[in-house]
Amino acid sequence: MPVLDMLTTELRDVNAALHTAARGQANEAYVIENPRGAHAIAVGLDGPVSVTVKGSTGYYCAGMNKTATVHVQGSVGPGVAENMMSGEVIVDGDASQYAGATGHGGLLNIRGNASSRCGISMKGIDIVVHGSIGHMSAFMAQKGNLVVLGDAGEALGDSLYEARLFVRGTVKSLGADCVEKAMRPEHTALLADLLKRAGADARPEEFRRYGSARQLYHFNIDNADQY
Amino acid sequence: MCGIVGLFLKKDELRPRLGDMLTDMLITMTDRGPDSAGIAIYGDSSDNLKITVQSDTDADFDGLEAALAGHLGAPVTMRRISTHAVLSVPAEAGAAATAFLDQRGIRIMSAGTSMEIFKEVGLPRDVADRFGIRGMGGSHGIGHTRMATESAVTTMGAHPFSTAPDQCLVHNGSLSNHNDMRRRLARKGVHTRTENDTEVGAAYISSRIAEGASLGEALEGTLKDLDGFFTFVTGTRDGFGVVRDPIACKPAVMAETGDYVAFGSEYRAFANLPGIEAARVWEPEPATVYFWER
Repeated sequence: MPVLDMLTTELRDVNAALHTAARGQANEAYVIENPRGAHAIAVGLDGPVSVTVKGSTGYYCAGMNKTATVHVQGSVGPGVAENMMSGEVIVDGDASQYAGATGHGGLLNIRGNASSRCGISMKGIDIVVHGSIGHMSAFMAQKGNLVVLGDAGEALGDSLYEARLFVRGTVKSLGADCVEKAMRPEHTALLADLLKRAGADARPEEFRRYGSARQLYHFNIDNADQY
Repeated sequence: MCGIVGLFLKKDELRPRLGDMLTDMLITMTDRGPDSAGIAIYGDSSDNLKITVQSDTDADFDGLEAALAGHLGAPVTMRRISTHAVLSVPAEAGAAATAFLDQRGIRIMSAGTSMEIFKEVGLPRDVADRFGIRGMGGSHGIGHTRMATESAVTTMGAHPFSTAPDQCLVHNGSLSNHNDMRRRLARKGVHTRTENDTEVGAAYISSRIAEGASLGEALEGTLKDLDGFFTFVTGTRDGFGVVRDPIACKPAVMAETGDYVAFGSEYRAFANLPGIEAARVWEPEPATVYFWER
C-alpha cells in the first residue's frame, strides 16, 4: 500500500498522487502519514481510490469528493467533505464547522461530534453524526438526510427545504420553518439503511424526524418576521 | 482571519520552554495573518512593576533609565530588546512612570509584575527572532498574528492589547459596536490609546474587573455588551480565558494534557506540542466562557 508521508511530501504532490490514482480507476489504497492539521488533504478526488489519513486534518479535507473513500483516523477542521458528490468520507474523531456543506451526494460518516453549521445548504448528501451537532445545522438544507445519534444545538434546520433530519437526542431549538414530523414506515426503512451503512449502534425507532413546514418557500407578508 | 495561540503550563519543568513552544505555534499560524505579530509572556513574578515600552527611534532610549530614575527619585532598571525596552520601577511609582513616558512620547505596550508584551509589524518568525522570544521562559503566554481589518497596520494596532497591569487580550474577528463602547468607557474615565476595536474589548474587560467582576464574569459580559465577531483569548497574571461569540464563525481549538492547556486558531498550531497525540482536543462551544487559573 503506497504511503505518502507529509513530513517529506508536499501537499500538492500528495494530492497529485491521489488524483492520478483516482483517474487510474484501479481502486488503489493509499495511506497519508503525518497530516499535522494540513489543509485541503485529498480534495477533489474523482475516481475509485481509497485513502486512509493517519492523524488530524485542517480545513476542507476531502472536499468535492467523487467516488473515492477517505477515512480520517483523527479529527477534521472546518468544511470536511464540502460539496461532496459521491463516495464516502469517514471521520473517526470530531468535525469542526460546516461539515458536509453543500454536499450533493455520498455518505459523510462522523464518529465523533460535529460543531456548528453541519450540513449547511446540503443538496443530497447523507450525513451521519454518531455524537452531537452544533448550532445552525442543516441551515437552508435542500435535499439529503442528516442523522444525529446525540443532540442538536440551536436553530436546527432553519429555513429548511426538503432535507430530512433525524435526531435521537434532544434538540435545543428548531430554526424558522423547521417542524417535527411523523416517522412513517418509509422513513424508518431509510434510517435503518443509513444507520447500517454508517455502522451506527442505534435503532430507527429511537429517532425523531424534523422537516420543513414549507411556509417560507414563497414570500408571505405574514411571515416577514421569520425571514 | 488572524491567528491566535496560547499556552498555559501546568508543570514547572516546562517553564524554560514556554517561549520556544509558543514561537513554534505562532509561526505555524503565519498564513492566517501576515501584517503584524505579538506575544505576551508571563514570566517570573517580580515585586517591581515591569513597563514594556516601544520606540522606532533608538535615541529615545538613550539616558531613559537615568531620566526616569531621577524623575521618580527611585531606582529603575532598563532591559533593551530591539525596538522595545522593559523598565522595572517600584510598584508604587507605576502611575508616575507611565505619565513620564507618555509625556516623552514613548509608546507603552504593557505593565505588570509578570507580563511583558512584545509586538511589531512583520511576520511571526521575524518578530519572534528580533525579540528573542524563544529564549523566554514563563508560566503562560499568548501570541497573535494579525490580518488587519478594523485599524491600520501599525505597532500599536498589533495584538496583544493590554489595558491594565498583567491583563492582555488577543482577538480574531471584528467588533461592530466598538466606537459606541469606546465612548461609553471614556465617560467612565477608561481611555484607549488607538482606534482599534480589540483594544476596546480589552478595556471593557479591564474595566469590569476593576469594578469588581471576576475574569469569568467579565468574559460573560462580552457576550452581552460587545457586538460582532470574536474569538477572544485573554491573559491575566494567574491564567488565561477563552470566549467566542454566539455565532462562533471564527475558529478555535483547544488541547489539554497533564502538562499544559493549549489554544490555537487551528489544530496545526499543536502539531509540535509534546504528547499532542494523546491530548484531549476539543472545540470551545459558542457563547461559553472557559478559563484556567493556577
